[in-house]
Amino acid sequence: MTHEIYIYIAVMSAVTLAIRILPITLIRREIKNVTLRSFLYYVPYVTLAVMTFPAILHATQSEISGALALIVGILAAWFGASIFRAAVLCCVVVFVSEIFLIPTP
Amino acid sequence: MTKENRLALSEGVRDGIPIGLAYFVVSFTLGIIARQVGMTPFEGFLMSLLNNASAGEYAALSVMILDAPYLELVVLTFIANARYILMSAVLSQKFSPDTPFYHRIFVGFDVTDEIFGISVARAGKLNPFYNYGAMLVALPGWSIGTALGIFAGNILPPSVLSALSVALYGMFLAIIIPPSHKDKVVGVAVIAGFVLSYLASIFFSEISGGTRIIFLTILIAGLAAVIHPINDEENK
Repeated sequence: MTHEIYIYIAVMSAVTLAIRILPITLIRREIKNVTLRSFLYYVPYVTLAVMTFPAILHATQSEISGALALIVGILAAWFGASIFRAAVLCCVVVFVSEIFLIPTP
Repeated sequence: MTKENRLALSEGVRDGIPIGLAYFVVSFTLGIIARQVGMTPFEGFLMSLLNNASAGEYAALSVMILDAPYLELVVLTFIANARYILMSAVLSQKFSPDTPFYHRIFVGFDVTDEIFGISVARAGKLNPFYNYGAMLVALPGWSIGTALGIFAGNILPPSVLSALSVALYGMFLAIIIPPSHKDKVVGVAVIAGFVLSYLASIFFSEISGGTRIIFLTILIAGLAAVIHPINDEENK
């Protein structure tokens, strides 16, 4: 390893913090443009959707358990599960389904 | 501290607890990767305290393990975290003009998907103390989880790690599905996100996950904004 881990951490932290702090501090006035406001309104939902799928299929040992977690997570959230409940439920689904899906060595 | 701020702080802690717990679980798996890079628990703690970013830290670790040049780390961290530019811009609009400037810096420090999610979901202007309450739980959850993952990651069996790895996505679903239920346009945008992300991962597999996220977010949210601009009265 020729690169220093502390410099790596300093570099990535500087980039992350600039990304987070500059817009919130520099944009001081209310954005009046309706299209821009609408864009900012839709952004978080779309981003999280894109981040979730298909990544959830590759996060687990089997694509089937990932898919089951996705379906159960969507149903749970649809019926009003909290963030924590949905997270725990998805973990349980993967754990239980993989007992059957993954042959034990 | 005023009574109102104290209340916001305690509500932030309350809503932050599930996030902190989920962060703990997710960052534990992050710590396992950080261990492969050769990080000590303290280095992992520091990285996670300052970054508090799942995709960003995963991406960074994946190039650190290859001993990548610093510039590559800059570009990759920027791409993996670029969505926070948009979220930070959204939050800039929720501040009351009376809120002192320094609060913007501290709230900005911890704009994560989940803290952003719960703070935009609150009605009215943003009270920074609500965010501080959530950060009080989320930041230790994330950074201590990473340190423990480095320390003890190799003791968990693969079946448990596999189960833990979907905690993050369960959390994301709980944020995006209820609004899709209420607002049809959000629902269509979310489905479009799923479908296009899947297609892009097959047909443009050489494009990194971070780039795909930014490109598709701008495309889909942009189209939604043009086709169906929000009516401010509806969304208040």
